[in-house]
Parts: sequence; C-alpha cells; structure tokens
Amino acid sequence: MGWLGRDVITVLDFTREDLEVLFTEALNMEKYAKSRLNILNGKVLALAFFEPSTRTRLSFETAMLRLGGSVIGFSGVEATSMAKGENLADTIRMLDAYADAIVIRHSIEGAAKFAAEIAASPVINAGDGSQNHPTQAMLDLYTIWREFSTIDGLSIGILGDLRYARVVNSLIQALSYYRVRLHLISPEPLKPRRELIEFMNSRGMVYDWTDDPYRVINDVDVLYVVRIQRERFPDPMEYERVRGTYKVDLKLIEKAKPQMVILHPLPRVDEIDFAVDNTHHAKYFKQAGLGVPLRMALLKLVLGGES
Amino acid sequence: MSNKKELIISKIRDGIVIDHIPAGRALLVLRILGITGREGFRVALVMNVESHKLGVKDIVKVEGRELTRDELNLVALVAPTATVNIIRNYDVVSKFKVVVPDVIEGLIKCKNPRCITNQQREPVKSRFRVVSREPLKLVCDYCGTIHELSDIERSLGIA
Repeated sequence: MGWLGRDVITVLDFTREDLEVLFTEALNMEKYAKSRLNILNGKVLALAFFEPSTRTRLSFETAMLRLGGSVIGFSGVEATSMAKGENLADTIRMLDAYADAIVIRHSIEGAAKFAAEIAASPVINAGDGSQNHPTQAMLDLYTIWREFSTIDGLSIGILGDLRYARVVNSLIQALSYYRVRLHLISPEPLKPRRELIEFMNSRGMVYDWTDDPYRVINDVDVLYVVRIQRERFPDPMEYERVRGTYKVDLKLIEKAKPQMVILHPLPRVDEIDFAVDNTHHAKYFKQAGLGVPLRMALLKLVLGGES
Repeated sequence: MSNKKELIISKIRDGIVIDHIPAGRALLVLRILGITGREGFRVALVMNVESHKLGVKDIVKVEGRELTRDELNLVALVAPTATVNIIRNYDVVSKFKVVVPDVIEGLIKCKNPRCITNQQREPVKSRFRVVSREPLKLVCDYCGTIHELSDIERSLGIA
C-alpha cells in the first residue's frame, strides 16, 4: 500500500516490503542527517507528547527540521488546555487543523488509533501505553539491518520487561516478517502477555523463554535489552520485587559471539553496566543516532517529500 | 410449538420470537437487545420449558418492535443456540440461527482499565473484532486485549 498519507499506528499496518522501502530511504537520508534537505518546506509537524520522551520527540523534531519543515507541539500537559480539562479528542481536532501530520505519545492504550480516527492528517504513534511503539521497532530493525545487512537467519535475544515494554511488542511484530530465532529472557513476573504469545504462535514464530541470560548468550546475534517499565506497574511492590533482577555486564558478554551486538531503546537505568559501553558489542548509542535518518525517511514517505 | 407452550404464551401477530435460548438466559437476551420493558411494546418470556434440542430452554417474544439482523445476531454472544423467527400476521416469514457478528461495537466494556474506550469524556465506543467463535474470543480493536466468554459475561453483568 505504500506510505503516502498513511497513519502509522502499529508495525502490522505495513508489509515487509514497506519496511524495506523505509530502510532504503533511511540509508539515503543518513547523508543528510547532519545537513538540510528542503523537501518538506512549508509543512508543519505537530508533536503531541502527553508522556515524557527524550529521543523519540527530539529525533522527530530534528528529522522534520532537517527536511526543511517546521514543528509545533507540547511535551507534558501542564502548559496546555488539557490542564483545564480539555479531552484528547478536542486536542487532536485542533492539531489536525494546524498541522500536516501529528506525532502522538500517550499513556493510554489505543490513544493513537483513536486520534487517527479523529484526524484527517496522518497520525504517527510514538508510543501508547504498553501497547505499541512502531517507529522504535522500525528503527530497531533498521539498526540490525545496518549491522548485519540482513535480518533473516539471525538469532535475537530480547532481555528485560517483556510484559509492559511496548517496544518489545512492536519489535516482535516487526520481526514476524522475518525468519528469526527468538530467545525471550525475563524474570518470571515479566514474561510476555498472553496477547503477544498468541501473536507469535499465530505467526509460527520460533521462540523460547528463559529467566537466565547465560543460557542463551552464546547463541544470540543481537541482544536487545529493555528496562523495567516502572511507570506501568499497577502495584509498586511488584516493581520492587523485580527491579535489578537482570544486568548485562562484562561477565555475561564474555560468552557472546564476537559479532554479537547489544541494542537498547534507551533510557537505560541499571540493566546495562556502564563498562559495557566501551565494548564493540554496544550499539545502542549508534541505534539512537539512526533515529534521525529513520524518522526523516518516515516523514518523507508519509508527507510525500520529493528529493 | 406444542399445545403446552401455547398455554403459557399466546401467538403474536407481528414481531419476533427468539427460540432455543439456553435455559435461564432470556433476561440476558433482553438486556443485549436493549429491551427494558419500559418501552411500551409487548414482551413475553418463557423460562425453563422443555426442548427436544436443549432439554430445557427459554423463549422470548417481542411484539411490535423491529430489530435488525445485526442487532439480533448480538444475541449469539449469550445464547449461541438461539433461533429467530420473524412473524408477520401470525405467520413465520423468516427464520435464522443467530451468529456472532465479525465486529461488536458499543455493547461490551473492555476489561483493560488503561484502554482509551474506558476513559471518561472521550467520544469513543468500544469495538471488538471476533477472532474465534468456538471458543468465543474477541480482541479489543483499540488496545488489543483478548476477551473470552467469561469476560463478556462479566461485562454484561452475568458472571
């Protein structure tokens, strides 16, 4: 179906071919990620961040500015009319009138889909509750593709909060388009939700689960680490019981394949030891950097910029 | 219908007869159809009568109210065995077995409190896609949460 004018709510709205078009475009955009390409002159992107964000918001903003467009928006609801009680629907209608596309992050699940039903302009989901974060998953796959020149055939370990982390949900959806072997690693209480397990089964994905990263570290090509999503725990006691239960350190990666790469959507808390940053395995800062060309490509494709 | 049942409820002239409802579910069928009894039209209920197919069953008769096939198919959520007879001038003019529709809007509340459909002051109705009929499995179109029969019954105040 292509990208032009489309909403980006989940990875599953797109095909493997769509993703590959995006990756090719992102590779092209890497040349311009530190310069300016005036292909979205006069276009306005609205950033509606109802939840905190550093990388996603700033990389969307940077991407739009590098493409010659402009950005409006807010981060947090304190300075907006939502602090006066305005609802999401009315806020989206207003942004829809002002901007050519809307990027939304919200703590409520389904908020982006609802916004897309209201707005005539394309809506891009930058994270809704524990459910989806499609552009992060696109970036994750792009980073893997840049590292290995392929995604098919790789063994991918996903370590951490598999229950509440939306990036895990979107990443696994995206990986379902490829022939990969998945090792899911988490403490027992943070095992994937039933919805995700049923999804993997319905797609015939090859996966296993363990609570011990040492059991699979020597098999993985990619170790994808996520933090425990403290803010999504219904019960703070439950969070206290699982915090600090896993950590990627030099001892663990001693047993890894030489070409193994470690990715992390960031922010990191304490699940990756700082000493790991200096190893050749650590690619999470490179991954964050690729967020700009990847989102430049996405905005170009959705908003129809000609280069 | 046997003479015995006719003793309980007389035939209706124009309306619908929902037959083969699992015993004890007639009130739920009315709830699904949004019939409270205060609308003014005639409603007859028979509960726990003998049935060849089911052993015991309930029957609902509604006179003088048109219901669309989509509305009637929602009955399948709580009464999958039900059959609907459309009556015109005392004759059955059509008869069909209810089937759970592909999409269910507005009727059931999503069990995920963090779903957009559970937020106050947002103009959004719940919407579920039916991914399996046997066993019944619905997925919230907004938050992806899986709902089974027990969740649906809880939402409708049955369980």
